[in-house]
Formats: sequence, structure tokens, C-alpha cells
Amino acid sequence: MGLPVTVSQIIIKELEDAGIGFVSSVPCKQLAGVIKGVDASNSIRHVPATREDEGMGLCAGAYLGGKRAAILMQNTALGVTINALATLIQFYRMPLPMLVSYRGEVGEPVACQVEMALHTKALLSQLHVPTYHFHNPEDVRELGAIIDHCFMCSKPVAVLMDAHFWKGQGE
Amino acid sequence: MKRADVISAAMQVVTDELVICNIGSPSQELHAIRDRPGNFYMLGTMGQASAIGLGLALSQDRPVIAIEGDGAVLTSLGTLATIGNNPAPNFTLLVIDNGSYGSTGNQPTYTRANTALAQVAAACGCENVVECEGKDIGVVLQRALSSGKMTVIVCTCAPGNAKSPVIRMDPVVIRERFMNEVRSENT
Repeated sequence: MGLPVTVSQIIIKELEDAGIGFVSSVPCKQLAGVIKGVDASNSIRHVPATREDEGMGLCAGAYLGGKRAAILMQNTALGVTINALATLIQFYRMPLPMLVSYRGEVGEPVACQVEMALHTKALLSQLHVPTYHFHNPEDVRELGAIIDHCFMCSKPVAVLMDAHFWKGQGE
Repeated sequence: MKRADVISAAMQVVTDELVICNIGSPSQELHAIRDRPGNFYMLGTMGQASAIGLGLALSQDRPVIAIEGDGAVLTSLGTLATIGNNPAPNFTLLVIDNGSYGSTGNQPTYTRANTALAQVAAACGCENVVECEGKDIGVVLQRALSSGKMTVIVCTCAPGNAKSPVIRMDPVVIRERFMNEVRSENT
């Protein structure tokens, strides 16, 4: 893939450098480039999930098996993951980097996406999930440190990546 | 035979396999029948044992058995498609199908009426699907474990729970004990 130039390519490199060996995903337009990247990666096993809570179960299993696992998902699905987050990932104290496409922010073309965007940070805050918001492309440089932080404290950690961050690079 | 009898017969066959068990009565029964570090008890999320089992099987070499219930599988039918499309030769999914939501008072599930989980699993792309009755689980599970192929077993039995105490172990202890077991055998 040559030198990483898009944020998607930088994300893949950060995941690989952080030792992530297992990724589960449910797609989002903005995540398309990252998903292509994990499929192409030699060091990451990618298992697409049919739903985001299932993805968390797959990641929990991979973690039990000794792999560092991460999930790619869209914020609109945060609701279906609440039980898995609270009673699996948090209850058993497992680390889980959540790379979340943050739909419904400025630049969003679909009105309905704004509805879950309004609840995204509130839900994550209610769940005590450390949450970081990537708005500018250069914010991606923090990803490695955030993943390390996630594994240091053994908690799910969410990185919200909005439309301004992707600037069309996700597709 | 009831679920506890099936679990008991299945555990006669289990040696070094890692076992992920469904929430509620199934985990309590397994814990009472044969607690061991290689057991991971789900205490909080229904329908996740299959996904955890698959993720575990894909991430290390030891054989993995996920014990699910029909009600739990129905809550996450999509996972059968994920399993069918990501086969792990060291993975066995054992669905104990008693046609009821046992932990909540044996309300009937749809498998008691029109739904056949074995057919669903096959249609989801799972290649080796075996149906059996509780009395045959020992032989069927042994065959699945020796086959070197991912197998889905749908084992029917009568509804009802065995009286088993609630699991008091801390979830972090369950998880850490399990991970130590995985590490010890892989090194």
C-alpha cells in the first residue's frame, strides 16, 4: 500500500503498530477504506460481524485467546451494544478499542443520522467509556497512544471520527 | 434427559477443550457439574457464547466448545452466518435445544413450534451440522472433536433446570483464570 497518505491508511498502520491482531466490523461508508485495509493486512484477522454486539463477542473471544482485538462500527449502533459493553466487556474488565464512525455531525447528508449523534457522547459518558473525538485529520496521530491507554486500563475506549475528519477519504 | 444431563454427558468427553457457556442455568449447571479453569461462564449477556467461542477458536489453536441454548441462539441468529462464513476447524458449537427459555421459567421458544435451528445453521453456511438426542451427545461430541472440522451440534432434550447455585466467582477471576489456562497450554 506504499506510504500511508489517507487517514484510513494511517489508521491501519496505527492498528498494526499497536499489535492489533483481530478486528471485527460492521461497515459504514466512512469506514470503507479502513475495512479494505484490515482485509488486506497480513497481521490482522478481520471477521465481519452481522451486528455490533456480536462483534464485541467476537473481540472478547479473541482477547481471551491472547489477541489484541478492536471493533469498527458506526455510532448509530451504539444502542445495540450497551448490554455487551456493560455485562461482557466492562464486567469482565476487557480492553476494547472502538473505532467509531461518528455520523450525524456537521457535513452529514442524512437527517436521521443526527438523532443518534445527539445521544452518542451522552451514552458513552453514562457508560463511563473513555471517549475521544477526532475532528481534524491530524488527530489520527493520537490513535496509537489511545490504543495503548485502552490496553493499559483494560476498558473499552471509543474514538469518534466525524465527517470533517474523513473529508471524503473514507470512501 | 434434561439440559444438566446433556452437559454432564458432554463433560465426560471433554479433556483439554476450552468451554464457553451460555448465561444463566446452563453456566450454573456446568459450574456445579464440573468447574475447571478452562470454563468461561457468561454471567451477563444472552446469545454471546457462540460469538465468543468463534473469536477464541480463530485466535488460538486449542479446541473450543461453545455451549448455547435454543433461546440464546434465537436472540443472535446472525451469528450462525458469521460462523458459517468463518469456519474454524477447532470450533464446536453445541446448541442444547430444550425448546424453552429455561432460566426464566421454561417459557417455550419457537424451536418448539416451527423453527429448526439445524436447518438455519446449514442455510447459514455451516457445513457440518449434526442433530442428535440428549442420550447420544457423548458419542456425537466425541466424533465432532475428532473430526478436525468445525461442527454445529443441535442436541434436543426435555425442558427443566437442575438446582444449581448462582456462580459467586468474580467475573474478572473467571476471565483471568481462563486466560491463564489458555496461556499455559499454548506455551
